[in-house]
Amino acid sequence: MCLAVPAKITRLEDSGQGTADYMGSEVKANFSLVPKARLGDWVIIHAGFAISLLDKKEARETLQLFKEMGAASRR
Amino acid sequence: MKELRDPKAIRRLLGDIGEKARLLPRPPRIMEVCGTHTMALFRHGLTPLLAEAGVEMVSGPGCPVCITPAAIHEAAITLVSEKEALTLATFGDMTRVPTRKGSLQTAVPAPGSRIKIVYSPEEALEEARREPSRQVVFFGAGFETTIPAIAFTAKRAAAEGLGNFSVLPALWLVPPALRAILEAGEIAVSGFIYPGHVSAIIGAEPYEFVARDHGLPGAIAGFEPGDILLAVRSVLEQAASGTPRVALEYSRAMRAGGNPVARALMEEVFEPFDAAWRGLGTIPASGLRFRERFAGFDATPKFGLARLGAAGRDLPGCRCGDVLRGVIRPEGCRHFGKKCVPDSPLGPCMVSYEGACLIHFKYGQTRRPSP
Amino acid sequence: MKKVSLELGSGGRLMRDFIAGTILPSFGNPVLDELSDASHLPGGIAFTTDSYVVDPLFFPGGDIGRLAVNGTVNDLVVAGAEPRFLSLAFILEEGLDLDVLQRVIRSIRAAARAANVRVVTGDTKVVRRGQGDKIYINTAGIGRSIARPEVRKIRPGDKVILTGTLGDHSLAVILARGDFGLSSNVRSDCAPLLFLLPLWKRGALWMRDVTRGGLATVLFELAERLRYPILVEEDKVPLSRPVRAASELLGIDPLYMACEGKAVVIAPKAKAGEFLRLIRSHPLGRKAAVIGEVQSRVGRPGELLLQTATGGLRLLEPLTSELLPRIC
Repeated sequence: MCLAVPAKITRLEDSGQGTADYMGSEVKANFSLVPKARLGDWVIIHAGFAISLLDKKEARETLQLFKEMGAASRR
Repeated sequence: MKELRDPKAIRRLLGDIGEKARLLPRPPRIMEVCGTHTMALFRHGLTPLLAEAGVEMVSGPGCPVCITPAAIHEAAITLVSEKEALTLATFGDMTRVPTRKGSLQTAVPAPGSRIKIVYSPEEALEEARREPSRQVVFFGAGFETTIPAIAFTAKRAAAEGLGNFSVLPALWLVPPALRAILEAGEIAVSGFIYPGHVSAIIGAEPYEFVARDHGLPGAIAGFEPGDILLAVRSVLEQAASGTPRVALEYSRAMRAGGNPVARALMEEVFEPFDAAWRGLGTIPASGLRFRERFAGFDATPKFGLARLGAAGRDLPGCRCGDVLRGVIRPEGCRHFGKKCVPDSPLGPCMVSYEGACLIHFKYGQTRRPSP
Repeated sequence: MKKVSLELGSGGRLMRDFIAGTILPSFGNPVLDELSDASHLPGGIAFTTDSYVVDPLFFPGGDIGRLAVNGTVNDLVVAGAEPRFLSLAFILEEGLDLDVLQRVIRSIRAAARAANVRVVTGDTKVVRRGQGDKIYINTAGIGRSIARPEVRKIRPGDKVILTGTLGDHSLAVILARGDFGLSSNVRSDCAPLLFLLPLWKRGALWMRDVTRGGLATVLFELAERLRYPILVEEDKVPLSRPVRAASELLGIDPLYMACEGKAVVIAPKAKAGEFLRLIRSHPLGRKAAVIGEVQSRVGRPGELLLQTATGGLRLLEPLTSELLPRIC
């Protein structure tokens, strides 16, 4: 029901407005819903609003899990 | 994130899933609540792969375009056809929903009026700022993921005193709908895949009644193929061990407690009411409407539109309602693929990119390669 | 009363039904019935026409003038003809800045020179303000026939070559409108496909430029005419980063996005390597790839199938309506 992508904050104004980088494209976004977000953080963007902060540690663990699954079945 | 689409990892997970599914006394049937999951399952060709592994996926009511009753779509069409110098801004899918009054795409706007497709509700607000003499109505449909953005936009309009901005709300809450489906008892599912982005707002707690009161497992999932399969595996593990819960399989993007800032904003601007869903009927406290303080931003009374609680009538023969409840699969409707096709849909499920009928029509006829 | 909707012109099924249900019964003849991009006439002449409307008129990588030349040139190339002459007709809206018109004309001149075609006849009409949108252009093209597409000779094992990335034109135009708060360095791929002409002499079986309706629609229409299915491999399809990003962000499938300088070429199995090298040796074909194959093992006759990057398999349908960004 809700298409959203992970993107990196590239501009953040006091008003909560700014931009984020998604795969080299720049998208206007509103960061008011994630007040803890800082420049350079990764967020989930839906309908022009950041709705959640991305947890880098969790993201790395998921990636690692899949790398291992990909490698393990290669044998 | 291409690791989450790695065919080798996917095969490995499917193997796991197949083993676990075989150990269960009955073949598992899992409902993906969210239309974006339905879309991802089909787009990546996962549905037939899961079926081979012994898991049947059923689509749930998670498509806001589909469950918004005909009356609200008709109100939007009336508005832009009759009021002059008005912009009706909305998300793309909303424009194609057929009603007895046609669709927004076939509507002829009144002089000076237009339909504007937006990505963010703030694009509508921007137009209201730029053209003060024009009424701008945001036809806002969405679940908990989208509602905070709409709440923020309305609150900002209030702060700026933008009297020419309003919202035609079609705002829906997921947990009450799940409760209604479960209590109706029409469908037999063995577990749920919960929507990752709705959960980023509301957290995990609102689904706990499913495990507690109905004994059914579930997992919150992201939207990459790997995410969804991890969640399916978790549901099967819970089923096997008899320990149903709400598993978090999307912790990189959501917290168990959700997003309290977003929830507070929703709470401040909107209040729950007993809303009518297409196909599901009226569900207690399942929709949101503006609170008294923000009532001036509600397009419904502002333009004298139909009462929000009314469901309106679907086109004759359309069984979207049964599809939305998971009672029948799209193929179970006698009009599917015949009278009802994407070019001339009978109902919203054949329109929305998340609509189960459209997705089954576009992606569903896949067959196994012949050996 | 039924009215013409925008969808009728979107290149999807509605338009195909309109052509099959209204145009062909009215005008059908052996030449038109081919429904080729350009028609081969007696005397070794190929003939085509196309009208151009685009908002905005100018966008990164091109403008309406450049489109009006290359679109018609490419229709001739993929039908097996060397483009020679163009007609040029303007419908202008009263009140248009003359400077804008001059800019478009300069662009047409440059594009015609680059494509080695001469504008030999034309027309100009002006409509009242509000009755048109700035500039509409129609061009017709005449070329010298050098080969005929040979759909009947296509066999299992023959390769589907795509000459470059998908969707850049679509996206460049969407972003130039300033919609959706999205920006990137995407540029329209609007360009003449003359470099494909030598492939006809080397045995190319079929070509089609990938415009409205996108790759899926183009290949679907081919598959319908074959006794074999076509299988496309998702991860072989070249995409630029901006298109990849926008498609995920806005929920638009690149397989349905329009290009203005890309084509699919069906190469005989034995010549696929040679064709690919030849295409890649041209600057406009550097990203070309073999993206699929005519099948005998997977699927049923007439089907277009996609092998997804995750290893799944699904049917591809032609575009059914205008691309809309989806959000929920």
